[in-house]
Amino acid sequence: MSPREYDIVIAGGGPGGLAAGLYAARGRHRTVLIEKGVIGGQIALTELVENYPGVPSVNGFDLAQTMHRQAESYGLETEYVEVTGLEREGDKWRVHTTADDFIAKAVIVTSGADYNKLGVPGEERLTGRGVSYCATCDAAFFKDQEVAVVGGGDSALDEGMFAARFASKVTVIHRRDQLRAGRILQERAFANPKMHFVWNTVVTEILGEDQVTGARLRPYGRPSGRNTVTGEESTLEVSGVFVFIGQHPNTEFLRGLVVLDSGGHALVDDWMATELPGLYVAGDARQNSARQVATSVGDGVTAAIAADHYISESFPD
Amino acid sequence: MPKPAEVSDGNFETEVLKADIPVLVDFWAPWCGPCRMVAPIVEELADEYNGKVKFVKLNTDDNVATASKYGIRSIPTLLVFKSGEMFDQVIGFRPKSDLKRTLDKALS
Repeated sequence: MSPREYDIVIAGGGPGGLAAGLYAARGRHRTVLIEKGVIGGQIALTELVENYPGVPSVNGFDLAQTMHRQAESYGLETEYVEVTGLEREGDKWRVHTTADDFIAKAVIVTSGADYNKLGVPGEERLTGRGVSYCATCDAAFFKDQEVAVVGGGDSALDEGMFAARFASKVTVIHRRDQLRAGRILQERAFANPKMHFVWNTVVTEILGEDQVTGARLRPYGRPSGRNTVTGEESTLEVSGVFVFIGQHPNTEFLRGLVVLDSGGHALVDDWMATELPGLYVAGDARQNSARQVATSVGDGVTAAIAADHYISESFPD
Repeated sequence: MPKPAEVSDGNFETEVLKADIPVLVDFWAPWCGPCRMVAPIVEELADEYNGKVKFVKLNTDDNVATASKYGIRSIPTLLVFKSGEMFDQVIGFRPKSDLKRTLDKALS
């Protein structure tokens, strides 16, 4: 099967990739955006985006759809496959995917990040059967039931409070004795009568046959003032476990090609450029990203402008 | 080609369990973003598998009994039924090629 030729291939359809796609397409570059799942990436699963300047409050999926339509109106193409590797071929790049190969003068990687899993028994088997990584998506199925949320960051509280709209009780299980989440979120969470907290505790197993029935808990670290759990393992009876314990960049396919830090983030310069010609990494996949919709958009735009300059200089007509 | 019909708690048995060909049920709800990405793919598949597989959708907000009977805890979920039994499940958004593989398995 012969590869398909483009000026620019963008790997990943989150805000960074959509912004890069808009600029690349408006720059009259033949551009294809490759997305393995849902357009919008992480924001597609975000109920409300309230911190994107100029847009007071919007559903994340709708914001992503608007960005996508805007870019497509200038000629951006979209393919729903997964990028599996990159290879230099002459003065261009060959992009391997789960379907066709693509050839491009420049590649912008906006592959973002995926949520981390707990890695405990029962988790995989019960995913979609009570184990969830998205309260916004799944909380409605836990009406008047008790659920657990694992984590202590913004997502854990945000999604936990979303779950509390449906669930009768939400127990936040956090391995430290204080939250990492922002102040406003913490205040809201502590004021919510349905939100309960178990400190210095980790989940060791998710219980249930076809449906989640509970979680095994174990004290973690040294007991402190707020640690209410002491000593042995215990079982928390819940019908849902929502996991929000951070994320990892989707950069496996770049390993060995570009320099990655210990967390797997790609090292790039101020123009999102890697050390390789015509290869850019922008958004959550790069090192030191602020991991916001607005900053990913900025990254994507920067990379698209850099790619435009690179193509003009390296491929004069 | 008609779009996948809506089924309900009331007619699930006649429309799905008693169907004489495999049935793919798209469990969805209006508030579910990824469900809106799945719907057009299911419509395309309905066209391609016309006559071989029946395609229906079930709104989980309005049909809690069926959703809970099949333990739906996350949408989009696609369930494939064959001869009145649940044959396969696809939880979450998946590319069309994956869904085709699931349907082909149900037909073989």
